[in-house]
Amino acid sequence: MSAPSTALRTGRDPYHMGHGPAADVPEYTGHGAGGPSPKRIVVGYGFWIFILSDVILFSCFFATYTVLIDARAGGPGPQQLFDLHNTAIETACLLLSSFTCGMTSLAVARHNLLWTEITLAVTGLLGLTFIGLEVHEFLGLMAQGAGPTRSAFLTSFFALVGCHGVHVTCGLLWLGTMMAQFPAKGFKESILHRYLCFSLFWHALDIIWIGIFTVVYLIGTITP
Amino acid sequence: MSSDRERFEDFDLGSHVGEDQVVGEGPAGERPPTLRSELRGYLIGLALAVLLTAASFWALDEHLIYGPGIVMALIVFGLAQVGVHLVFFLHLTTSPDNTNNALALAFGVLIVSLIFLGSIWVMYHMNQNMVPTRALLQMRGG
Repeated sequence: MSAPSTALRTGRDPYHMGHGPAADVPEYTGHGAGGPSPKRIVVGYGFWIFILSDVILFSCFFATYTVLIDARAGGPGPQQLFDLHNTAIETACLLLSSFTCGMTSLAVARHNLLWTEITLAVTGLLGLTFIGLEVHEFLGLMAQGAGPTRSAFLTSFFALVGCHGVHVTCGLLWLGTMMAQFPAKGFKESILHRYLCFSLFWHALDIIWIGIFTVVYLIGTITP
Repeated sequence: MSSDRERFEDFDLGSHVGEDQVVGEGPAGERPPTLRSELRGYLIGLALAVLLTAASFWALDEHLIYGPGIVMALIVFGLAQVGVHLVFFLHLTTSPDNTNNALALAFGVLIVSLIFLGSIWVMYHMNQNMVPTRALLQMRGG
């Protein structure tokens, strides 16, 4: 018997965090002791790290917005500017698209091309609606003289929400690429890895949006 | 020895048992999960997320929640919804095969809270200790 597995077998259970060894999971999972991980796991973990670093980037924009929300230079504040009905529709679009992206994952796992394409198309249309509403909102703000140059508050607003919008736009480009690649290349391993990263990205964008509608729109509107 | 050998042979059969779990994929089991059970998970997640979103928007109505508590209620609803998304859409669990993902997330949460809460804390105290702009202009003028 090799030394590492004996050490792991001693029942001290350093990383299981109180769960104990599950019946169907060998004790060496998560310890790197079962040999190198398959590529699928390395890719997924690496992209998860990227997502987390992206969330940290967004946290800087969130902090900027929260700190500068009162720095209006005599200009309009959230209460005069934000239309919460618009925000509610945007939220619904993004939440539903996150759900349909989950449906795509189910179809991809079963190598079902038709449902993969249908659910990807629905996800993309919901994402497009979201971006359309956001661009419409931005243009409306600029038309009433509340562009990003008006005050520090508006600069931080456009930076935060705009950065999220750019992410969604990139996600839509990626989604289009996936819609083309599934029929063209089939459900081969590299494409499945690519799709795994895409679904992580899309779900993460919705999680960021939860922060935006809560902090920027809802909390922003009640603070006087 | 022999049990070890058998375990390693399990890996070669293409089964994912014993591997770390990938975020965004369901737990690796001996049998692939049925479409119905996976669909149920996503639907529960969607229902909870819709409920929490609706609660956030309704909380703005001052008659429902005690006025000064609204901000706290919104933060709680938001964090709860993030949790719902992590569990039902990204399939993050605390099981042993998810340790790496959960630990990376925990580190991310640490950094995010340092940046966000730290900025608010520092800037709030700086604003308190600054001379107000109007007073500053008067001092210069006088």
